Amino acid sequence: MNLREKITLTKDKKLSIYFPAGYPKKDSALELIPRLEKSGIDFIELGMPFSDPMADGPTVQEASTIALNNGMNIEVLFEQVKQVRETSDLPIVLMGYFNPVLQFGIEKFAEFCKSTKIDGVLIPDLPIEVYIQKYKSIFEAAEVPLVFMVTPDVSAERLKLIDQQNSPFIYLVAKSNITGSNTLFGTEDIESNLKSFSERPIETPVVVGFGISDAASFQDATKHFSGGIIGSAFIKSLASESADTFIESLR
Amino acid sequence: MKYSPIADEHGFYGDFGGAFIPEMLRKNVEELKNAFLYYSSEPEFIAEFKALLADYVGRPTPLYYSKNLSEKLQAGIYLKREDLNHTGAHKVNNTIGQILLAKRMGKKRIIAETGAGQHGVATATVCALMGLECIVYMGAIDIERQKPNVGRMKMLGAEVRAAESGSKTLKDATNEAIRDWLANVDDTFYIIGSVVGPDPYPEMVAYFQSVISDEIKKQLLEKTGKENPDMVVACVGGGSNAAGAFYHFIDSDVQLIAAEAAGRGVDSGQSAATSVLGTIGVIHGSQTLLMQTKDGQIVEPYSISAGLDYPGIGPMHAHLIHSKRVQSIAITDNEALSAGLSFSRLEGIIPALETSHAIAALERLDIQGKTVVLNLSGRGDKDLSTYLKHL
Repeated sequence: MNLREKITLTKDKKLSIYFPAGYPKKDSALELIPRLEKSGIDFIELGMPFSDPMADGPTVQEASTIALNNGMNIEVLFEQVKQVRETSDLPIVLMGYFNPVLQFGIEKFAEFCKSTKIDGVLIPDLPIEVYIQKYKSIFEAAEVPLVFMVTPDVSAERLKLIDQQNSPFIYLVAKSNITGSNTLFGTEDIESNLKSFSERPIETPVVVGFGISDAASFQDATKHFSGGIIGSAFIKSLASESADTFIESLR
Repeated sequence: MKYSPIADEHGFYGDFGGAFIPEMLRKNVEELKNAFLYYSSEPEFIAEFKALLADYVGRPTPLYYSKNLSEKLQAGIYLKREDLNHTGAHKVNNTIGQILLAKRMGKKRIIAETGAGQHGVATATVCALMGLECIVYMGAIDIERQKPNVGRMKMLGAEVRAAESGSKTLKDATNEAIRDWLANVDDTFYIIGSVVGPDPYPEMVAYFQSVISDEIKKQLLEKTGKENPDMVVACVGGGSNAAGAFYHFIDSDVQLIAAEAAGRGVDSGQSAATSVLGTIGVIHGSQTLLMQTKDGQIVEPYSISAGLDYPGIGPMHAHLIHSKRVQSIAITDNEALSAGLSFSRLEGIIPALETSHAIAALERLDIQGKTVVLNLSGRGDKDLSTYLKHL
């Protein structure tokens, strides 16, 4: 079963956790991913750290810097995923900025994704037009689906194009902002934007990210959708070593 | 000066350029591109732009025959005096253009990034002129080393916000400005100061700066009877003054020279010579030549000049250098300092440290008997403390 089928199989709201590989320790993912699987997380977004993350707030920036200082890079990340795969089936989506992927080599990256059974790849600063024109054939040959971000005001034409990509899910950013900021889910504006987006004709399941930090915001954010992603709030809990309590508090 | 594109319709110059931006900025960037395409051919907009350049900025700036330097280097050297612009550098040509666009787009809040502070001052200036809120992001280290410009921005009513992430210089100020834009997409206009960033910025900034080469052509014709010199020399960090000085000569056989900052030497590990040390990559929304590690992490650049220590280069320049239309020369801190000091005494003009890189390049080029235009991009008041240490 692929990630898309897993997301749509049951009606319960899927919970995903984002953290950069290599944070807080170089090998943390090896321990964190099985732990998150045990605590009932539905899938992981594993960050590929970058020196200049332009859509991220201070929490992810700092964690990325620490990860890079720990010696994390894409090669190491794939070795870790391979190791995790020996004991865990938790779906993993890789998320990171385009430049490190470009330098690693797109074909090599797609092959590594295939051999480590990566469930999806999200590159926020790779526009879908460039993807389709230059890289889609490479990812398709490796059977690695890409995930794309949308905002609620995305044009019908663009949403249709994104919906046609066989993605495991569409990543909905409820309100444009950097990661870790307060999106004010539940307020009238955001709620009406989300509701009207949920009525748009798409096949791909929708998962909401940016600004979800606790059980209440998770509930508000995912009311009309398949699930939600929590990043900065989880990363903060890692720093205070209360990650398990934090995950428990979300359900 | 109707706009005619240099890039293709997606903002690519060969392999370089484009708009590598998160989806959240898509609408803004498209809106900006449409506004730029519309107004850059609207007579009323162009008339207002030109009027402000004439009466507020003080254009045309002189094209001065540099007698002493010409004698010394046995060439015919003309200085395009961008240092005589209001605010002391070429930067204001662009901020005037962008603020007029922001006004027409109904934006209420202006943000900008700045390195040496020249673009920050030029942005604060036009915001004061137009009565718009202004926030300038500046690396915490640059705030320390460019205090006079920080003071000018504050006096003009701008808020200067320190970028505390990464290397705390221009690259990080740019990251912070992009983050601000992401969080304020509805009411905010981001005035980028160089020919960098996602499409349409490189095209737009180059167009607003193209007034420089437009004037050079006319002035040179008047002075020499010929529109084209043999050579145009300019310094390049992101590359806005060079883009303006090269613009109308790109489709000609005029030799175009870009002086880059070698810092303490191209191979010293402390350099900003992007065209030598850079490889193709994506930074700040654009595919270009970029100083990076093998893992694709951005390398912290270094130059004595805060306006040149940027790890990338505008995509148009990347393309022109890659295709050998533009020749780049890497100038060290020491070469720039000594060129700046001797030029000051030779001509009675104190150049910006950035410009001193272009002046130093003249000594390395074969210019004997040639007609050369040097783009004197800015004045050196802001760099006095650095110069004086080396006097």
